[in-house]
Amino acid sequence: MNNQSSSIERTPLKTSALLLKFLGSMNLAITLLVALSVSSIIGTVLQQNQPYTDYIIKFGPFWFEVFKQIGLYDVYSSSWFLFILFFLVLSTSTCIYRNAPNMLREMREYRQTIQLKTLENYSNSHTWELSQSTTDAKHVAESLFKHNGFSSRLKEGDSNTLVAGMKGGGSRLGYLLTHLAIVFICIGGLIDGNAILKAREMLGQIVPETRNIPASEVPKISHLGLNNLSFRGSVSVPEGSRTDVLFINYKDGYLVQGLPFSVEVKDFRIEHYDSGQPKSFESDLLIHDDRLEKPLEQTISVNYPLIYDGYSIYQASFSDGGSELEFLTWPLKGVNEESKKIKIRVGDDLPMTLFNESWILEMSNFRLFNINPSDDPSKKFKNDGPSVQFKMRNKTGEAKEFVNYMVPVERDGAYYYLSGVRSSPAEEFRYLYIPMDDAGSINRFMKYLHALNDKEVLQKIAAKQNFSGSSLPSNDAAKLNEAMIRLAGLFAENGMEGVIKQVEESVPQDKREEVTELYVRVLQQMLGAVYVEVLMDEGVDVSLGVDEGKAAFFDAASAAIGAIGRYGSPVYFQLSSFVHKQASGLQIAKAPGKNLVYPGCAMLILGVFLMFYAPQQRLWVWLEPTDDGVKFVLAGHAIRNKMDFEQQYEKIQAQFDRVLTS
Amino acid sequence: MNSTNAALQFELDQQSFWKGLSAFDWVWAVIVLLGTGYAYTTYASLMDDYEKGILVSTGAGLIALGWHWKEIRGLSLAIFLLSIFGISRYVNGLEDAEVDFFLRFLVSSQSAIMWMSALYVLATVTYFISFFSRSEFAGKVASAMTWSATTMGFVGLMVRWRESYLIGLDVGHIPVSNLYEVFILFSIITALLYLFYERRYQTRMLGGFVLLVISAAVAFLLWYAFDRDAADIQLLVPALKSYWMKIHVPANFVGYGAFALAAMVATAYLIRAKAEQRNSTGVAMTLPPLDILDDLMYKSIALGFAFFTLATILGALWAAEAWGGYWSWDPKETWALIVWLNYAAWLHMRLTKGWRGNPMAIWAIVGLFVTLFAFLGVNMFLSGLHSYGEL
Ligand code: HEM
Repeated sequence: MNNQSSSIERTPLKTSALLLKFLGSMNLAITLLVALSVSSIIGTVLQQNQPYTDYIIKFGPFWFEVFKQIGLYDVYSSSWFLFILFFLVLSTSTCIYRNAPNMLREMREYRQTIQLKTLENYSNSHTWELSQSTTDAKHVAESLFKHNGFSSRLKEGDSNTLVAGMKGGGSRLGYLLTHLAIVFICIGGLIDGNAILKAREMLGQIVPETRNIPASEVPKISHLGLNNLSFRGSVSVPEGSRTDVLFINYKDGYLVQGLPFSVEVKDFRIEHYDSGQPKSFESDLLIHDDRLEKPLEQTISVNYPLIYDGYSIYQASFSDGGSELEFLTWPLKGVNEESKKIKIRVGDDLPMTLFNESWILEMSNFRLFNINPSDDPSKKFKNDGPSVQFKMRNKTGEAKEFVNYMVPVERDGAYYYLSGVRSSPAEEFRYLYIPMDDAGSINRFMKYLHALNDKEVLQKIAAKQNFSGSSLPSNDAAKLNEAMIRLAGLFAENGMEGVIKQVEESVPQDKREEVTELYVRVLQQMLGAVYVEVLMDEGVDVSLGVDEGKAAFFDAASAAIGAIGRYGSPVYFQLSSFVHKQASGLQIAKAPGKNLVYPGCAMLILGVFLMFYAPQQRLWVWLEPTDDGVKFVLAGHAIRNKMDFEQQYEKIQAQFDRVLTS
Repeated sequence: MNSTNAALQFELDQQSFWKGLSAFDWVWAVIVLLGTGYAYTTYASLMDDYEKGILVSTGAGLIALGWHWKEIRGLSLAIFLLSIFGISRYVNGLEDAEVDFFLRFLVSSQSAIMWMSALYVLATVTYFISFFSRSEFAGKVASAMTWSATTMGFVGLMVRWRESYLIGLDVGHIPVSNLYEVFILFSIITALLYLFYERRYQTRMLGGFVLLVISAAVAFLLWYAFDRDAADIQLLVPALKSYWMKIHVPANFVGYGAFALAAMVATAYLIRAKAEQRNSTGVAMTLPPLDILDDLMYKSIALGFAFFTLATILGALWAAEAWGGYWSWDPKETWALIVWLNYAAWLHMRLTKGWRGNPMAIWAIVGLFVTLFAFLGVNMFLSGLHSYGEL
């Protein structure tokens, strides 16, 4: 019975000691360091916090779900990652707890209880038999210790005197500072990370919003109040507007964070280098707060945030703030040459009916400058001027995305209206090059296009042409005309592809090449004739043929028309004027953890340098009177940088030798 | 008794630090003081308090460095004179680099960096010649070449600094802002660290190994310059326009340089260890003894770790200003952490578990690859916020 009770008493003691030993063990520490490294690598190899749809495409639905459960899309705030960090803090704290008392003692203690035997056994040790008096020897020891930067303590024993010297106690302090710093930084980091948000989400207190709706319509459950300790979110504020909320990206949605004040963006500016690249982004802010007598005015820019009331407000990005745009819409089908004016704001959608089909125009962005690499070797960059980006969504919901440049862009000496198109954001834009006419407008191209679509015009022109001399399969002129008109129509609708398809469908294989060649020749002639007609209509004198520029225009225009079949929008939107309005992308953060992290950083730097560069070294002189003088034992010891110490010790020993044996 | 006291007094007088300084030491101090004073009086009106502080502490630091490491004086003076010369040859603007003889062939940043590259490669070859032929003389020549290469590297950066201001006043910036510039920085820092230890430990036989990394960096530099046209001075994007950059980047490269040095010392360690195992008497045995190599490896990793810690923290402070958070788990940051944790583990193993020998040497070499990935691989393979130097 007695036995049992004592063992019961001892067991908890033993487990706690074991636990302490385990937590403070180097093996655990190294394991944690390695585990932390490996998990960090995962987070860098797999791009974090992307839209969930990207991951589904990448991994398929099964693995997507598995990886989502493990938390691979946000490794650094997954529970297992936090768990590792937590253990690192625990392990380091335990380590400090176990070592600190020792270290602190080591720092101050002069090891005056050391035995002669120990000293003589040190590899750095030397003994002299001297005739001097103990007092003199003591004086020498103390002077030379001090001279070499060692502070010393004297201990008079019964039959001996010990001078114990020490230098570089800072390295012990360095250990404490370094390891305490790790604890500080980790805890601070945990406070500023989103562990708390995660916990609240798990408790069901918050649910991220995934729909794209205004902040005012977001339900309460996705709102975070002023009591939220730490966060980092962003918000886009158009010039002249203000906000008192911001958005925190969370999982596949976002949360709305309230602010105790509101931020107004008065003006946003981009300054440019001479070459046109951006030099600085800055916003003039006004902070409206009831606690202030008048709004606080401050300009922020990249690298120069505003710190207000514990909140830091950063210039993070910029975007369009609802620029007002005016377009001329040019039909790309039919014979209607009239362009129509429309007005739209960036960010708005405009339903429209085109050729009896309904479409939605979604205006997504406007850019005032397009700085692109220059072909001109003397300049690195050129400015291609304003552009708009938008989507055209058809009635089935499919959309193509377009980017149209406002001013013609130069390519190989000629100018073009550029319009890029793609079917998904993952693709590069493919560009349609619409040539600019001599008057600097798009009119001639459109006239040419519409003439090709106009059966009447084609018929007239076909009739004017005389193909009877050519070697067409049939000599029937009427049939021929019809074939030509159909060919031109095919081309206008689907480009060269349409023509080739027609050949493939209607001509036997062995004749295809011949026929295709023929068709191309005829088509070329037809297009040329239509083009000349358009020129004459314009009042150009073509009696002596067309000049090089106009010939080049013909080639470019024909190529562009050949590509229109694949273009994907029934109209061409020509940006005619705009009122630019920008929005400043602000990032607002509250990070109280940095009050731990920053001091931690300072401690870490100080600690590391102390640990490496103020290694603790000890010297002793043991004096024992002999019959005719004194036995003088010098010894030195260091636990770190032993080789350096050995050299130093040798120098010191030589000094002693010179003085003592002089 | 009297003789003891006299001897003691003599010893105390002899070895005192200030009294130990030679006339040259004082001349050095006076030169640096004059230079600093001149710079201060001329430019103080254009500087803010930080800049004044930096100028004064640079002067003081240079004096102290020159006292402790005598070769630095020659290096500093050579860099100073050549840089001033180079800068003074620019009279009409950048186009002078094409017409002026000295700029074209010696001191424009491009030429100086080409000289640096050539000299480092030659030094590598010469070090190896000295290693295999056991020629003391060749070793000395190789050292001299390394010193000259380092001088030219510094001159290249200095003149480049000036050239950036010749492009435009708003363009000018310290040349540590893109991959091309930091490779130069890496080369000269690694070389300087090596040269320091070379004098201290008489380890000339190591030179070839260390210079091998530098030659690799030079090869990359040249490829990058010629194949990718990276040698042009680039405009700073707004995020890079920060004071932090100026100290964050150099601190980082002291770290990288030291880690590279450690890895090459580790290579030498493995070679010598193998030779000892076989009782060989070949050239491998002219490498420094294992305990010196081990110590050197530890010292450079410790130095690298200290500066890498500093650099990472500076980076975090900078990120706090530029990106709105001191830590964003951006791939570059994360890899810096991985490098740091890796060396922390290395240091613990050595210090608290007493690990020595081949495993530690191999680990130090692996460490270099991890570092290399953090330095280059991240820019090449992973996307993130760090915008400088895309390949
Ligand atoms: C991220 C976490 C840690 C870092 C960055 C770190 C860093 C360091 C560094 C740089 C040294 C000096 C090594 C040298 O001088 O060669 C050191 C020493 C040491 N560390 Fe850590 N450490 C960490 C965690 C831990 C943990 C968890 C323990 C507890 C098991 C620990 C125990 C020690 C001990 C006992 C020393 C030796 C101190 C001495 O004798 O002076 N460390 N640490």
